[in-house]
Amino acid sequence: MSEPRACPDCLRRSRLLAHLAPYIERVATGAPGSRSPELLRLSNEDLLAAVAPKVAVQMLAQVEAVPERRLRADLRAAGCWACCRHDDGYPPGLRDAADAPWALIGRGEPALLERLEPDRAVTVVGARRASAYGRGIARELGRELAAAGLVVVSGLAFGIDGCAHRGALEGGTTVAVLGCGADVAYPASHRSLWRRVCEGGLVLSELPPGTGAWRWAFPARNRIMAAMAGMTVVVEAARHSGSLITADLAADLGRDLGAVPGPVTARTSAGANDLLAGGACLVRDAQDVLDAMLGPGVRRPERTGSALEPELVAVLAAVERGEASCDAVAAALDLSGAEAATALATLEALGYLTCSPIGVYSRTLLMEPGV
Amino acid sequence: MLATAQTFTLDGISARPVRVEVDVHRGLPAFSVVGLPDAAVREARERVRAAIVNCGFEFPLRRIVVNLAPASLRKAGPGLDLAIAVALMMASDQLDLDPLAPLALVGELALDGSVRPVPGVLAIAEAARERGVERLVVPAENGAEAALVADVEPLCLDSLAQVAGLAAGDWSPPRPRPMSLLAAPRSGPDLADLRGQRHLRHALEVAAAGGHSLLMVGPPGAGKSLAASRLPSILPALAPSEALEVARIASACGRLGAQGPQGRPFRSPHHTISPAGLVGGGNPPGPGEATLAHRGVLFLDELCEFRRDSLEALRTPLESGWVSVARAGSWRRLPCRFMLVAAANPCPCGRGEDDPECTCAPFAAQRYQSRLSGALADRIDLLAAIRQPSAAEIAGPPGEPSAAVRERVTAARERAERRLGPGRCNADMSPAELRGSALADGAASLLADSYSRHRLSARAHDRALRLARTVADLAGEETIGREQMAQALQLRRRDAS
Repeated sequence: MSEPRACPDCLRRSRLLAHLAPYIERVATGAPGSRSPELLRLSNEDLLAAVAPKVAVQMLAQVEAVPERRLRADLRAAGCWACCRHDDGYPPGLRDAADAPWALIGRGEPALLERLEPDRAVTVVGARRASAYGRGIARELGRELAAAGLVVVSGLAFGIDGCAHRGALEGGTTVAVLGCGADVAYPASHRSLWRRVCEGGLVLSELPPGTGAWRWAFPARNRIMAAMAGMTVVVEAARHSGSLITADLAADLGRDLGAVPGPVTARTSAGANDLLAGGACLVRDAQDVLDAMLGPGVRRPERTGSALEPELVAVLAAVERGEASCDAVAAALDLSGAEAATALATLEALGYLTCSPIGVYSRTLLMEPGV
Repeated sequence: MLATAQTFTLDGISARPVRVEVDVHRGLPAFSVVGLPDAAVREARERVRAAIVNCGFEFPLRRIVVNLAPASLRKAGPGLDLAIAVALMMASDQLDLDPLAPLALVGELALDGSVRPVPGVLAIAEAARERGVERLVVPAENGAEAALVADVEPLCLDSLAQVAGLAAGDWSPPRPRPMSLLAAPRSGPDLADLRGQRHLRHALEVAAAGGHSLLMVGPPGAGKSLAASRLPSILPALAPSEALEVARIASACGRLGAQGPQGRPFRSPHHTISPAGLVGGGNPPGPGEATLAHRGVLFLDELCEFRRDSLEALRTPLESGWVSVARAGSWRRLPCRFMLVAAANPCPCGRGEDDPECTCAPFAAQRYQSRLSGALADRIDLLAAIRQPSAAEIAGPPGEPSAAVRERVTAARERAERRLGPGRCNADMSPAELRGSALADGAASLLADSYSRHRLSARAHDRALRLARTVADLAGEETIGREQMAQALQLRRRDAS
């Protein structure tokens, strides 16, 4: 595929947004109900009139005056490239959205843009302050959906987003949509994850390189994530959380909406449970997502492990019953500490179990053969 | 008239020679002590004066100057009292100890002239032997300790009044019997008290066999402290040279009782401890908890609550077995080869995220656990996830007693020593030695598999290999088998992802 190429007008729009960032911050917040997606629907002149009428003329002139050469040099210097809505490579999903970004600045493999069709991409979002349950599910979903050939889209945030990316990188490829410049690793502690996504996937943003993180930019990037994928899956979200913005935007666009159920007592899952009550697709594992997107039974993810000896089957069953530690397994099955340790490590090596840093085992979605 | 006497002052955990010079001459009655004395030494004047008078000797009403040489060395503690008093009596012609030379004296005086015990007599006796001193006058209560050092004859005094008889040769003090260092461990806490908890028992056994540091994570009251305090009872008995090291440190810190050391030390400092308290400090530098735990167990309960700088201070000592404490003007190198055992709750409320009763916010638990991976974590080899034992387990039969476990541990350690050399254990194997360990095919493939699947770091890879070596030693195998490698992979402490 040829190098994506954005027209200068669209690049100037992106630059104008960066200049206007502090003004938009004044009128739009980062909370649900934020005005930022609707503001970004406006033309340059209307946007300026809405957020910065006093400096509108001056700022427009300033942006118009930037030569095309300079725009492209800035992109190259940041290691980025750009495509715009007039380019063939522009993700088709975004064309459906009235408020789609004019230009997308990307970092990573441009060829991936082609695969960003709505029926081949799925957005996974959720709480930043996620529980161990949510993080585990997000990682599994990310890995299996990516392994099934879908592109996993998420926002590189803490919690669910980060886990979905990590899982997807293990199984295939992933796209991160940022609320800051594509060359800015935000949050900073996700720098190494950002780098891995740049190498093994794609990082996209509608803002020019070097733009910092503004609160209004996050609801705005959520609209991109929602539009890009055929289905949005909410893994863990409290009521009134940012993930629900993405869900609403996806529903508005007529995209599929899925949610992973959480405990009815958990505040962190209340939003996701509400979505389910409101008719969202129930997502228990990757197959549910694949069924919804590709039709029932299509592309069952590869997840049958190798055959197990009877003792290991018993240990696996104990973990499934909720005996989560080596000690509990040993006590339940009357094994010695050494025997339980051997069995658990073997099951972990075979991929049937995962273990948290504090020694809590949980079952993966890998199935035993013949079950 | 001038007289001198030889004594020693304690410096860290070793003793330094001090020469007491007393000059008594005409002039206004005065008594001054020079030569960098600390407050306790300066106060010796009052004790010496009262003791001399109360024992029926005469305190000369003349100008008395006591010089403590070398003048540049700081003298600490009341152990110099006896030497000052004796030198003063010699300077005033009331006593002649020259026939007993070469002789040194240590001891604190009471006002009635009785001689009180002082700390560090073992180190002092060793320093005396190095200086060629043949007889060492010590307080009677320290006699058994001084007698541990051959070639130095301990002369035990109860009172300053006995010095006259000693000098005249018409009284000879009782010969003390050397304290027994290798006495069977006292009937202390036994591992049989740990009921159920098979995983924890396994982890304790592996930790003891390889000298590996251990982290226990579990809810409060599940038996973490109980298990840690039983760890010394399953460690192999101290070798004679090791027992002497332990006794020397205990003696210098004044914690060596009349019965001598009680097996391997077990120290559990409170989590508010400062870096100086943990690794040693002060001016002049004194030993900290790490040194007191030498050849034993240092237990850090509530690891996440410890000050970060305290834990950081422990890193190098853990690796090298020595701690270097430098203060303005002085520098000490103290031994601290201990086993580290730490305990932590899985989350701030202690129940663990998987418990429905856990009241912690999800992020709070994550943040709490991230503290586990900081600081000291990369020095910890083993992780034991502890669970609240069930009622049936608590009411069940007692566990295997310490003696049986100790036998297996001792055999494993002997096996490791044959391979690595005396006094060494698997925990301090070098990377080259690790790479040289024999691996069965199944074990090698399992390790390689986990290495790629879990993205192990090189350090984690070595950790698993080291633990596998210990598990194989416990099983009596020369080659690490698949099963032993699996156990090691299960027991290893995991890095936060």
